[in-house]
Amino acid sequence: MSEPVALKLTAKDFKSDQEVRWCPGCGDYAILAAVQQFMPELNIPRERIVFVSGIGCSSRFPYYMNTYGMHSIHGRAPAIATGLSVSRPDLSVWVVTGDGDALSIGGNHLIHALRRNVNLKILLFNNRIYGLTKGQYSPTSEVGKITKSTPAGSADAPFNPLSLALGAEASFVGRTIDSDRKHLQSVLRAAAEHQGSAFVEIYQNCNIFNDGAFDQLKEPGTRDDFLIRLEHGQPITFGAEGRFCVVHPPGGFGLEVRETASVRPEEIVVHDATVADPAYAFALSRLPGLDLSNTPIGVFRSVDRPSYDSVVQGQVEAAKAGVTETPEQQLAGLLGSGDTWTIL
Amino acid sequence: MTKQIRQLDRVVIRFAGDSGDGMQLTGDRFTSETAQLGNDISTLPNFPAEIRAPAGTLPGVSSFQVHFADYDILTPGDAPNVLVAMNPAALKANLADLPRGADIIVNTDEFTKRNLAKVGYQTSPLDDDSLAGYVVHPVALTSMTVRALADQEVSKKDAERAKNMFALGLLSWMYSRPYSSTLRFLERKFAKRPALVAANVAAFRAGWNFGETTDSFSVRYEVKPAKMVPGTYRNITGNAALSLGLVAAGVRSGLPVFLGAYPITPASDILHELSKHKRFGVITMQAEDEIAAVGAALGASYGGSLGVTTTSGPGVALKSETISLAVALELPLVIVDVQRAGPSTGMPTKTEQADLNMALHGRHGEAPVAVIAPKSPSDCFHAAIEAARIALTYRTPVILLSDNYVANGSEPWLLPDVESLPDLRVEFATAPNGDNGTFLPYLRDPQTLARPWAIPGTPGLEHRIGGLEKADKTGDISYDPANHDFMVRTRAARIETIPVPDVEVEDPDGNARMLVLGWGSTYGPIGAACRRLRQRGFSVAQAHLRHLAPMPANLGEVLRSYDRVVIPEMNLGQLAHVIRGKYLVDAIGYNQVRGLPFTATELETMLEEVLKNV
Repeated sequence: MSEPVALKLTAKDFKSDQEVRWCPGCGDYAILAAVQQFMPELNIPRERIVFVSGIGCSSRFPYYMNTYGMHSIHGRAPAIATGLSVSRPDLSVWVVTGDGDALSIGGNHLIHALRRNVNLKILLFNNRIYGLTKGQYSPTSEVGKITKSTPAGSADAPFNPLSLALGAEASFVGRTIDSDRKHLQSVLRAAAEHQGSAFVEIYQNCNIFNDGAFDQLKEPGTRDDFLIRLEHGQPITFGAEGRFCVVHPPGGFGLEVRETASVRPEEIVVHDATVADPAYAFALSRLPGLDLSNTPIGVFRSVDRPSYDSVVQGQVEAAKAGVTETPEQQLAGLLGSGDTWTIL
Repeated sequence: MTKQIRQLDRVVIRFAGDSGDGMQLTGDRFTSETAQLGNDISTLPNFPAEIRAPAGTLPGVSSFQVHFADYDILTPGDAPNVLVAMNPAALKANLADLPRGADIIVNTDEFTKRNLAKVGYQTSPLDDDSLAGYVVHPVALTSMTVRALADQEVSKKDAERAKNMFALGLLSWMYSRPYSSTLRFLERKFAKRPALVAANVAAFRAGWNFGETTDSFSVRYEVKPAKMVPGTYRNITGNAALSLGLVAAGVRSGLPVFLGAYPITPASDILHELSKHKRFGVITMQAEDEIAAVGAALGASYGGSLGVTTTSGPGVALKSETISLAVALELPLVIVDVQRAGPSTGMPTKTEQADLNMALHGRHGEAPVAVIAPKSPSDCFHAAIEAARIALTYRTPVILLSDNYVANGSEPWLLPDVESLPDLRVEFATAPNGDNGTFLPYLRDPQTLARPWAIPGTPGLEHRIGGLEKADKTGDISYDPANHDFMVRTRAARIETIPVPDVEVEDPDGNARMLVLGWGSTYGPIGAACRRLRQRGFSVAQAHLRHLAPMPANLGEVLRSYDRVVIPEMNLGQLAHVIRGKYLVDAIGYNQVRGLPFTATELETMLEEVLKNV
């Protein structure tokens, strides 16, 4: 392989000629702009990038990217993208999905893509509401949520998308926020570098049906005390001047938040996304409270595991190795295998 | 003693036993030996959905029927001349199908009080006169096998299990079959356990020798080779032929085959078979569900593979939304439906043709696809290639309607010359096709109405496709009323105008006033019934549809040139309904849904009735 040539692409190269049709003020605009600005960093020719989506507001995303793209059907993007990725290992395949698309109608495909570790970058825009169908509760809506379909409040307990992904054996799990472009791009960067499935939850504001769902994580007055910014190799502290920290209490199963002043420095957990046991990342995913206090963002988990694509392609390559016949000769041999007889 | 040798032109044998008795394998081996001899063959396996139903019960009976002859035959035979019954349940379950005078070989060791009681026999049918009309050969199969293997280093259980090889040896002797292929098979099958090879070979020989020495069998039979087209043959099931057809389609198109599948009876064997052919670049993915299976296949097609999904009726129902997406995306996709008796789980191991309506109409919106059906086990090979040809050339989903009868039945297959198979090469789009270097993903080929297949990785052709309605040519999202009307009609026209071969009519004397029209797996029984009627002096025409959508251009003319059109189907009249609606022809349906193929006899009787009234 020759050295990669700098392609010198810009954000503009990734904008398609289609008019963007999300509601004014939608968080999807910020994500789109961040992704378009990030894409040139990949240094992958546009024709080798494919965005596959399902149904929902977020799933219009591929129309606005000047790459190859498919806007498919509700919930099925991970399945379709799996077939594409496995059969075309030369492509960079991205899945854009939402909380209803990925976790409700498409939940089965999501968990199986993650368990197989298909080489997909899955971006889940979580706005905790159904937007395109005009405001029903979603599988990430909080219990008791009053919506058009739940006038007396939702009776369903929500999914925690990261816990779910980790339970499904995801090898890469991260979370970021639509409004924090720098952080969003840092997580995309890590996801893109990962071999195998990378699952990124992006908190995204639906200003029409669920406005302000993540305000605590965005407002300058609250965000520093609510957000835990995970950085690999760094002790986990947050809040003004590192007022709070994360510890692993002896005898407990999970992680807890303490006042930094109340613990010895060596008790503070040093973040390591490469820990083999998913229990650590799972414990991180369980930190947030119902009010979004103690919400970690960043890369929770990034471990090496053979991708489904590479194993499948490896089996094909191994089977082909040493074959000297033409495909037609091979076929003639195959058709005539087993017990044959000849009539003269 | 010297045995009498009698010549026969045809024989139907049914091997029947408990699900665990190895009847499918025994039948399969006998078939292979018979094929080696050069007889024409047709087989019918019949087994329960339960893997091991309670031993010795009626629901646990598994059987394998083989029909072989010194001339070309079309069906596995209506009624067995010989029944091998490994236990009382097998006797009871199959006796009603036997004509008087048939030979019955029973394993007397299994006719114990307990086993008889299990199936409701008060007294042993071997001891009373209930089998008086038959030629019964009581054989202590199990105990003779165990005795024959006394010197072998195998457990008593393994020795007992070899009783099917004893039975096979006996039948092979009785019908003068060459058995070297069976010995080779046993060596392959038990390659890792030489003791089992020796035991099974010994059991086979013991059965053979028993036939030669016992007084119970005084006659040995011969069936001479059939006159068949010269060439090299192998015996093949429909599922195996279909798998090889898909591999061949990959070779002849130069595209990798991608199979997405979820295990389902009776289609799983295609997944098993294709998973062995990775050296052809075939990728098989056992998906998490039916929907993912077709989704992955469609994703692979989008990337430039020949995407295939294989399933049965319940799976097609689940895939329906994705098939409609493929209609909108206008990408190649082959959907194989090995039909079984429905609705719902129905009778998973029994045959039926009741998914025709679903294949033709079972999608939301106006979502036409091409539909084709193989007529026999070996025809599945060519039907698979034809399905791939239409999918690739016209960029459309194609539903291939096989069924359990052709999928698991077998017949001799004249191996085709690879170079004579259709050339399926396609050209991907490589350059812009619009003004100023733009790419129009929905600009159609005027001949085929197919849109360009521009696969990811092609520079300059980056474009977006999706399930939303697309504007003609540009493929941009469009809600324009006139555009939608145009696109719906265009999608219909692109299926309707696919050129398919004219339907051929078999009417040897040219005097027929009645046409029998069939589709799919009923070809054999209909053909056999027509032959019998012609032998008796009647004039009957037969036509068989391979292409159900679009239908052959000459079909209307053919239908209208007969006074009577009869359509036998293993459903309640689905093709007849289409024919009546489309061609305004007063077709008569003949329908049964018993989970079994038609017998030639019942069709002969029915057609004779119709003929009387023409």
